[in-house]
Amino acid sequence: MLITEHELLKDEIREWCVRYGADRGALLPILQEVQHKYGHISEFAMQQIADALEIHPVEVDGVVSFYQFLHTRTHGRFVIRLCRTVSCDMAGKDRVARQLENELGISFGATTPDGRFTLEWASCLGLCDQGPALLVNETVYREVTPEKVHEIVSACRRSLSAHAPEFSQEAAS
Amino acid sequence: MSVSIRTPLTFRDVPPGVGLEAALALKRPAVIATLRAADLRGRGGAGFPTATKWNLAAAAQSKTKYVVCNADEGEPGTFKDRVILNHFPDLVLDGMLIGGYAIGARKGLIYLRGEYTYLRAPLEGILARRRQERRLGRAILGKKGFDFDIEIRMGAGAYVCGEETALIESLEGQRGEPRNRPPFPVDTGFQDQPTIVNNVETLAWVACIFAKGADWFRALGTAKSRGLKIFSVTGDCERPGIYEYPMGLTVGELMQRVGGEGAKAVQIGGAAGRCVPAALFDRTIAFEDIPTGGSIIVFGPQRDMLQVAKNFMEFFVEESCGQCTPCRAGTRKLLGGLELLENGRCSIEYLSELCRLGESISLASKCGLGQSSPKAFLSIIRHFRDELLGRPAPATS
Repeated sequence: MLITEHELLKDEIREWCVRYGADRGALLPILQEVQHKYGHISEFAMQQIADALEIHPVEVDGVVSFYQFLHTRTHGRFVIRLCRTVSCDMAGKDRVARQLENELGISFGATTPDGRFTLEWASCLGLCDQGPALLVNETVYREVTPEKVHEIVSACRRSLSAHAPEFSQEAAS
Repeated sequence: MSVSIRTPLTFRDVPPGVGLEAALALKRPAVIATLRAADLRGRGGAGFPTATKWNLAAAAQSKTKYVVCNADEGEPGTFKDRVILNHFPDLVLDGMLIGGYAIGARKGLIYLRGEYTYLRAPLEGILARRRQERRLGRAILGKKGFDFDIEIRMGAGAYVCGEETALIESLEGQRGEPRNRPPFPVDTGFQDQPTIVNNVETLAWVACIFAKGADWFRALGTAKSRGLKIFSVTGDCERPGIYEYPMGLTVGELMQRVGGEGAKAVQIGGAAGRCVPAALFDRTIAFEDIPTGGSIIVFGPQRDMLQVAKNFMEFFVEESCGQCTPCRAGTRKLLGGLELLENGRCSIEYLSELCRLGESISLASKCGLGQSSPKAFLSIIRHFRDELLGRPAPATS
């Protein structure tokens, strides 16, 4: 990371501290902001947050490592999380998983070499009546079939090449 | 594509604000008395009497108190809170305001699970609208001295944060590790202040009770489980979706209504619940018999119950917070046992030992997650032994 990027991150953390309050209770919202913007939470970011909230950096690391949606390592631009819990399992998540691996050329837990996609398992997403379900970042996909996997991945790729700022949001119900 | 709502829902008949207005017209103790008369018990699964919880928080001496809406719906097979937050958010918010009024709190927090981030923006919009309507903020509905506002806080993918003390830890910026109880949140909760933590559905029912009257609610359900309940039904049935029924329905009746007559078993209460075989379908779904937070998962005749048990155990191995040994190490042992069964290499002696271990986990774990983690395992071993023992070794590929 360039020094200027470090400075930028420092400023942002200061701003978030103003918004959420510079106390321990603000830790999770601040971490979520960093995660959302940068796709991961670097050691530098953790140190800055620790300084701002006047807590030990190990405390920050402890919190980051606890939550599944917070990461210390670089994650793909699109994080695909496939539900593996029982209802989605019965609805055929294995075949969807296989097809995701085929389309992306990686296995679960990995990130594509171009840094675009990370593939992960999720515990119950609360879409059990419409499984198999998966999340692409914050967008939900229901009743996913192996065929649909290709469309989902293609839509992600298209949105990158079009420089679209945000991934199109499917209406959530 | 939308969720399948399969029965008429009471929430549709209760316009937003009616329950809130009725409650604010009462004195604070009368609010809790109404809830006690209705005999509402927590809809998250534990079934704790809501009036008792609120009364303890109301009696606690403190200037600062909190109302927390537990929207960390993570139990496998449940999605009713998502549907309620999506279709009837005002009822939930009305319920939070009534709680704030009853216990003397000025601040509410919604702890929304990270998986439901797409619900955040619509909810923020509703909060903003309500501030304009004076259904949030200062002097709510013109009632002097009753100020209340609500903030949304996001979870980050941890099932255990649905446990109320872990949820509070998470709100405070900590790892979501459950606390010892007592002290209970009603006296030492968020920021060590008296706090009521209620499930989304519970809060929506609170609003309905004040809109339709305690007697209406009390007349439904069973003597120990009053009122209506929302069920999330999935699995091998013809009509999965959302159902509303009075408490006390038998498992068999429910199976008829959802088109799951041929089922060989039903998991009631999610991963933390228990597996009920067809022979016991005359049992009732109620706090005094088989409790549930709403999760109903149907297993058809073709399902391999070993795979079902394994899926639940993998879930707990993944979601155990690791704080206490019985749960952290025990769930792994039980999963190991299921893998032995899968390979046809588990002796009955060892299986009995694992069942005893399961009972120890139930007894010795610190929180509800750990205590309920072996339930699915134990009930499947008990009812489906024949199906599990002496399997041929799987073909190696």
